[in-house]
Amino acid sequence: MEFISLFDVIGPNMIGPSSSHTAGAAAMSLLARKLFAPQKPKKVTFTLYGSFANTYKGHGTDKALLGGILGFEPDDERIRDSFKIADEMGMNYTFIEDHDTEVPHSNTADIFMDNGNGYTFSVRGVSVGGGKIKLTKFNGIDVEFTGEYSAIIVRQIDKPGVAAHITKCLADANVNIAFMDLFRESKGQTAYTIVHVDEHVSQLTVDNISEFRYIEEVKLVQV
Amino acid sequence: MDFVNGKELIKTCEEEGCPISVTMLTRERTETLETKEDILARLKVSLDIMKNSATTSIENPTKSIGGLIGGEAKKIMDSKIKLFGPLLTKAIAYSQSVLEVNATMGLIVAAPTAGSSGVVPGVLIALAEEYDLGDEELLSGLLNTSAIGYLLMRNASVAGAEGGCQAEVGSASAMAASAIVELLGGTPADCLNAAAFAISNILGMVCDPIAGLVESPCQNRNAIGVTNAFTAAQLALAGITHPVPFDEMVDAMLKVGRQLPRELRETALGGCACTPTGCDLSCKIFGQ
Repeated sequence: MEFISLFDVIGPNMIGPSSSHTAGAAAMSLLARKLFAPQKPKKVTFTLYGSFANTYKGHGTDKALLGGILGFEPDDERIRDSFKIADEMGMNYTFIEDHDTEVPHSNTADIFMDNGNGYTFSVRGVSVGGGKIKLTKFNGIDVEFTGEYSAIIVRQIDKPGVAAHITKCLADANVNIAFMDLFRESKGQTAYTIVHVDEHVSQLTVDNISEFRYIEEVKLVQV
Repeated sequence: MDFVNGKELIKTCEEEGCPISVTMLTRERTETLETKEDILARLKVSLDIMKNSATTSIENPTKSIGGLIGGEAKKIMDSKIKLFGPLLTKAIAYSQSVLEVNATMGLIVAAPTAGSSGVVPGVLIALAEEYDLGDEELLSGLLNTSAIGYLLMRNASVAGAEGGCQAEVGSASAMAASAIVELLGGTPADCLNAAAFAISNILGMVCDPIAGLVESPCQNRNAIGVTNAFTAAQLALAGITHPVPFDEMVDAMLKVGRQLPRELRETALGGCACTPTGCDLSCKIFGQ
């Protein structure tokens, strides 16, 4: 059983009104922004499903989602003004209600980010309750990522040798792998490897991982 | 050091000769390897947010996003007729303020949830004012509440979608009742006895938010949560013992939650939400 901390009981500290519809919404788009970094989102499209699509206005889900993209934590009081702040920054944002698509979890949103220069990245976020979230898609590919631990995210062509290369680079840098998952749509196509690590990972290690013909992109999320 | 039920908690407290708050702090320290100072500093941040949200809406009442609540905390403080004394009047007003802050996208501490976030700060802050308790005592109070909340999370549920409002406001009032007892000199066993009273009083309460929003009846349920906490604490402090022990009451709450139909667990398909007026309000809010 997972450890329940006193701060799981007295917490989270959050912008209301709802841990799932507000705090969770901010948390998922904040994680999306971290994955988009160092690029900055110029144009963002949020597609809301299930209960998010039905009740987002009453829960401020839209403001919370946009707030996360602006880099606000779920307890940042600027979330209330996120539309105004995004407008001032010239960020372009759209909310789409999708009432027809069946999603496995009721509180789901797709977040599509565009840096305005042709670089895009999309995630699907799910708010699982109590402000906790997970991302279940990267660019349409099924993954599972909570962002609770530091991780290296590798986008690759599904070919032999990629996992060996990643683990060798980490071993050379003396970084211990906590756990590692591979996600792919179909054989030989784009795939993602998510490596959760115990130690701090340097940019040099990230660059070394990138130096492989089947690896297209390496992202680093440090906690 | 860990404990997984009320019985073990009491045993540890009695062996170590310390109150629930200290046992909970030791658990947090030994399980997370954080220092006592770091844990208390972090808890103080939560306490400050609680204090702020407990009074903000009395000073500056604001309409909620859905428009169902706003201004209630101030109305209670301004009411010409005050049926209760200052302790309970303030505790209710503070709890209402927290729910108003929450419903206007302000900063609150979920304790244990956003929907029940008014009970613990309402009770503890009013108690501190009336009994001249400082921050150190308030932090002990929060540690005590978190021990009860942890056991409810572990052995039952604090989510309205799983257990109805009994799991949210019921849990919050059990947590607050236990803290009152510790702060006013009761033993760890008295604390759990108070928590058992609080749970048994609200057993079966449904979660039926109008328009699915954390506004009404959530706000007035926090008021009843406050009075329930004081009632339960008073019974325990007077030496009255609930025949059913805390751990069995937690289990009863879990089972009652499972017996509640889906319509009465936060889906807005029953209770207040499903009255003709509740449905009309929902249509109005969402423009359908």
